[in-house]
Amino acid sequence: MSSDTHFTDFKSDKQPTWCPGCGDFGTMNGMMKALAETGNDPDNTFVVAGIGCSGKIGTYMHSYALHGVHGRALPVGTGVKLANPDLEVMVAGGDGDGYSIGVGHFIHAVRRNIDITYVVMDNRIYGLTKGQASPTSRQGFETATSPDGTVEPPVNPQALALAAGGTFIAQSFSSDSQRHADLVQRAIEHDGFGFVNVYSPCVTFNDVDTYDYFRDSIVNLDETDHDPGNYEAAKDRIMDPGAEHIGVLYQNEDSVPFSEREGIDRNMADIPDGAPERADRLVREFY
Amino acid sequence: MVNDLNWAIGGEAGDGIDSTGKIFARALSRAGRHVFTSKDFASRIRGGYTAYKVRTAVERVESVVDRLDILIALTERTIDENLDELKEGSVIIYDGEQTTMADVEVPEGMIGLEIPLNSLAEKAGGAIMRNVVALGAASEVAGFPVEYLDEALVKRFGEKGEAIVSNNREAARLGRDFVREETDYSEEFSLETTDEDYVLLNGDEAIGMAAIAAGCRFYAGYPITPATDIMEYLTGRIEAFGGAVVQAEDELSAINMALGAARAGARAMTATSGPGIDLMSETFGLVATSETPLVIANVMRSGPSTGMPTKQEQGDLNAMLYGGHGEIPRFVLAPTTIGECFDRTVEAFNLAEKYQLPVYLTADLALAVTEQTYSPERFDMEGVEIDRGKVVDPDEVEEWLDEKGRFKAHAATEDGVSPRALPGTPDAAHMTTGLEHDELGRRTEEEDVRVEQVQKRQRKVDTARDREAFDYREFGDPDAETLVISWGSNEGAMREALGMLDDRGIDVRFLSVPYIYPRPDLTDEVEAAEDVIVVECNATGQFADLIEHDTLTRVQRVMKYTGVRFKADELADEIEGAIAGERAPPEVKR
Repeated sequence: MSSDTHFTDFKSDKQPTWCPGCGDFGTMNGMMKALAETGNDPDNTFVVAGIGCSGKIGTYMHSYALHGVHGRALPVGTGVKLANPDLEVMVAGGDGDGYSIGVGHFIHAVRRNIDITYVVMDNRIYGLTKGQASPTSRQGFETATSPDGTVEPPVNPQALALAAGGTFIAQSFSSDSQRHADLVQRAIEHDGFGFVNVYSPCVTFNDVDTYDYFRDSIVNLDETDHDPGNYEAAKDRIMDPGAEHIGVLYQNEDSVPFSEREGIDRNMADIPDGAPERADRLVREFY
Repeated sequence: MVNDLNWAIGGEAGDGIDSTGKIFARALSRAGRHVFTSKDFASRIRGGYTAYKVRTAVERVESVVDRLDILIALTERTIDENLDELKEGSVIIYDGEQTTMADVEVPEGMIGLEIPLNSLAEKAGGAIMRNVVALGAASEVAGFPVEYLDEALVKRFGEKGEAIVSNNREAARLGRDFVREETDYSEEFSLETTDEDYVLLNGDEAIGMAAIAAGCRFYAGYPITPATDIMEYLTGRIEAFGGAVVQAEDELSAINMALGAARAGARAMTATSGPGIDLMSETFGLVATSETPLVIANVMRSGPSTGMPTKQEQGDLNAMLYGGHGEIPRFVLAPTTIGECFDRTVEAFNLAEKYQLPVYLTADLALAVTEQTYSPERFDMEGVEIDRGKVVDPDEVEEWLDEKGRFKAHAATEDGVSPRALPGTPDAAHMTTGLEHDELGRRTEEEDVRVEQVQKRQRKVDTARDREAFDYREFGDPDAETLVISWGSNEGAMREALGMLDDRGIDVRFLSVPYIYPRPDLTDEVEAAEDVIVVECNATGQFADLIEHDTLTRVQRVMKYTGVRFKADELADEIEGAIAGERAPPEVKR
C-alpha cells in the first residue's frame, strides 16, 4: 500500500452515464476518498458491484473489480476476501440489488461478519428499468408498477442488519460528502462487516425522496447524544418509523470477523506446482 | 470355493446399515480383497428401506451383479426388496426372536439362519451392537475369519474408547460362535485373503482428495444429495492445506463465492446436483464471460425437478452442455470410474485456469456414493502437475498494457486466452463484467468488439481441442463388428459385460468416453462398426444424440432410467438383445 494515494487514483477515465445530479456521483466519490484515506491503492482494492445504476460503479472506479449478476455481489465479495485477506474488498449495490433479489445474501453476509465494506446506494426506486417500486419505496408510492401506490411497507435494512447480528450499521447521505466519506472510512476500518446505507437520490424517477426531502428530514446522529455502542439505543433509532438518520447507528467494538474465527489468514492464490507436501496422507486415510 | 461373493445388509434408515456395511467392506479391503459397494437408500433420515451391498473378490470388481449370496435382513421388507437377487443357496440372516421378524418366510431353496441378534448383543454389552453380531455371523458364513473385522471395528469405534471396541469384538465373536455351534450351517464359502494393501473410497471422496492435491483452496457449497460428501470430505481437511470451506446459504451464493475466490486467484470449486445446477446457471454465464477459472462438480441424481434425490441417473448432460442463456464456452468432463474421478478433477482445475472458463466435472450418483478398492499408488500425488495458465508476473504486466497504461484483461489473443493478473499485481488493476466488454473489461455494444470478444472466447475451446487429448478409453475386441459407447459410471458394468458376452460368443468393441465437451470425434469408429450401441442412464439418449450429431449416423440406444445403475449381467443381456434387434425399453422387475 502506498501512503501517497490520492482519491483520484481510484477514478477511471470512463465518464459516468448516471443522470446529471444523480446521488451516485457523491456516493462513489466518498468511497474513493475513504479508500485513499485508509491507505489503500487500486492494486490491492477489489470492488464488487451488482446490477442497476449502482452496478456501474466498477466501471467508473479504478481498481480490481467485478460487475456481477443481480443481487449476488455480496457472495462474490465474500469469496474474494476469504481467498485473499490482504485485499480491501468493497461491495456496492442498490436497494433493489441488496434488499430485494439479494436480501438473503445480505442477511447471511451480515451474520458471517465478513470483513468487507458494503455500500448501498438507496434511492428507493428502480432507476435503470425506468421507475418501478423498490423494496425501500414508501408505502403508497406511485410508480409504473404501482399506479395506485405500493401496498407493501418498505423493508428496514438497518433492522435486518441488526437482527442478523450486524456489527457496524451506518446511514449516510450522498450529498453530505465529507460525512459520507467519513462514514465509509469508519466502515472500512471496522473489523467485520461494515454496512453503510446511503440516501442516494434518483433525480429522474423519485420525486418523493428528493435532496430537499432529505435535507429537511435528516437527523445527524453526531449532533445528538446517540451512543453507537448502545445496542438498545440503536434499536430504538432503527425501529423508529420514518426517522431519517445519518451517522453510525450501531457498532460492536468486540466484533470478530469470520476469517479470524475460522483462522483464515493466507492468500489462497499461493499454491505449489504440484500436490502439496503431506498430500500422501490423504490417500492413507482410506486404508 | 466361491470367491466372488455378494453380501448385503438391509433394514430401515437409522438402523446403522451404512456403518455396518462399511465395517465389512473395510475389513475385506484390509484383508487384501477387492471390494465394490453399492447402496439403496431413501431420501429420509429414519425409516424406509435402505441397504448396503458389498461385492468382493480377489480379482478387481468393477460393478454390481444380479446375485446376493448372503443377506442380513433387519426387516422383513429387506427380503422382499431383494427377492430378484436372492438365488438358490443364498443365506438370509435374521433375528427370529424379533416380533417384527416372527413371520419371516425364507423363500424356497434358500438358507435361513435365525440368529438372536439382540440377545447376543445384550450379552456383549448392549442391543446397539446387534448389527455387529450379524456381521460376525455373516463373516462366519462367508468363511472370513472374524478377526479381520477387528481393525475395522477400531477404525469405527476407536474414538469411543477401548471398552466399546472390545465389546464390539465380543459381539462379532458371539455371532460367529452362534453360527458354528447353534446352527447346522455347513461352510460353503471361504474367502481367500491376500497381502495386498488397498484403499477404499467413493467418487465424491476421490474428487475431494484430488481437489486438495490440485491446489483447490476454496470451496463453497450448499448441502445436496449426492454431492454433499465432497463438502464433508473437504471440511476439516482443506484447512490443513491453507484453504477454507464455506457452507453458503444457497447455491446462488455458493457459486458466486467460488467465483469471487477464483477472481482473487485461488483455485476454487463448488459442487452440487441437478437442482443446484439450475440455480447456478445465471452465474455460470458470468463465470464464462468474465473468463474466470472455476470448477463446478455436478453429481447427478434422477431429475427433473427434485426427482429422485437418492437414485442414479445421467440426465443432466444437456443441462451441462446447453444450460444458461446465450452461448457459453465451457468444458464438461465426466469421469467413468472412481479412480478416474481423481485424474479428471486434477485436469479440471488445470483446464479451468489454462483456458479461463468454467469446467463442469460430473459424476453420477453411482460413482459418487459407492466405494471401490484401489491400490494406493492409483492416486499418484507425485504425478500431480499444476498449470496455472497465463498468470502474469509483475514484470510481464507492461506487455499487456494499452497505450494509456491500462491492463488488457480480455486481450483478443490468437489462442483466445488472455493474460490473467491476480488482484494485488501492481499496475494491472482492471474490471470485468458479465456485460459484453472490450479488451479492458469495459462495457461495450460496438458490433466489431462484440464479434471479436465472442470469437475470442470461443477460440479458447478450439485451442483446447488442438492442444489437449480429449480421448476415449477402449476395451474388448478392436476389430469387433459391434461397437458399444458409453459415458460415466457404466464403464465398470460394461467391462464386466464384455466378458459375459465373450462367453456367449459375442465380440464387442467398447469405448468409454470421459470427455463430453470437447469430446473425441468417433466418426471413424462408428463407420467401421456394423452395430453401434450407446449405453446411458437416461430416457432420451442424450449422449447418443451427440454421437448421431457428430457422426451423422443413427445409433441404437440402451437406456436405463429406473433410478438404479446397470448391472453387468443385465447389460450383457441388453447388448445381446440390441444386436439381435430385440430392443425394448428396460423392464422394471417386480
